[in-house]
Amino acid sequence: MINRDALYRNIQELEFACIDLNLYLDTHPDCEKAIYDYNNISMELNKLKKLYEINFGPFSNFGTSQSKCPWQWIEDPWPWERN
Amino acid sequence: MWIYEKKLEYPVNIKKKDLRMAKYIVTQYGGPDGELGAALRYLNQRYTMPTSKAKGLLTDIGTEELAHVEMICTMVYQLVNDASVEELERAGLGSLYTQHNHGLYPTDAFGVPFTAAFGSVGDPIADLTEDLAAEQKARATYEHLIRLTDDPDLIDPLRFLRQREVVHYQRFGEALNDVQFNMDRKKYY
Repeated sequence: MINRDALYRNIQELEFACIDLNLYLDTHPDCEKAIYDYNNISMELNKLKKLYEINFGPFSNFGTSQSKCPWQWIEDPWPWERN
Repeated sequence: MWIYEKKLEYPVNIKKKDLRMAKYIVTQYGGPDGELGAALRYLNQRYTMPTSKAKGLLTDIGTEELAHVEMICTMVYQLVNDASVEELERAGLGSLYTQHNHGLYPTDAFGVPFTAAFGSVGDPIADLTEDLAAEQKARATYEHLIRLTDDPDLIDPLRFLRQREVVHYQRFGEALNDVQFNMDRKKYY
């Protein structure tokens, strides 16, 4: 049984790490170590996101992932209601 | 283009209603040093930047600021949402209720609505320098907000947002150095 909250929190943390590395790389495009870290975290992040999405619904729309019927994208909760 | 992700960048879980703090925190939505102004400023400036580092950075920080807008709105929403009309009035939010019910609306802490009237000059050096100042002003404002509350549910996301301003300041400094270096270099044939 997957712990939804723990998985969600894990995804938030990994994605934040990517955001921060992303900004760093924007001004340090030649830093190989940062690119290596970014790619590794990104792989782990996407793996966890797929796992979350299969069980609990999509994180994003406009074609980024598939949906069951009825259309999952509009399902509650929305981020301001729970996080 | 922008894709929306149905997830906050950092958790906001406020358990205690606090209309007094809502009135202050809303400045980081629609105030002079708030996240909405920051997002529009950076996303606007990126079109006329001379280096790809600056274009990338302004796009990405501008996008992150939109995620911060969402966090601030979530904080205000959670602080206000189940307040009664009497409670809103007693907290000095009667005028806000009159015009907006429990709805979110971008103003500063005085209730002055959001404006983008004082925009970027379109000069890369001036714009990036403005961005450095903007990040410091936002950082200071978050420190003021943190000092105004004891609630750990509020302090936690506010401290996160404050820390992001410090990091953005660092990145803009690097972008400014890069732009200045580039613009100097172009003078030699």
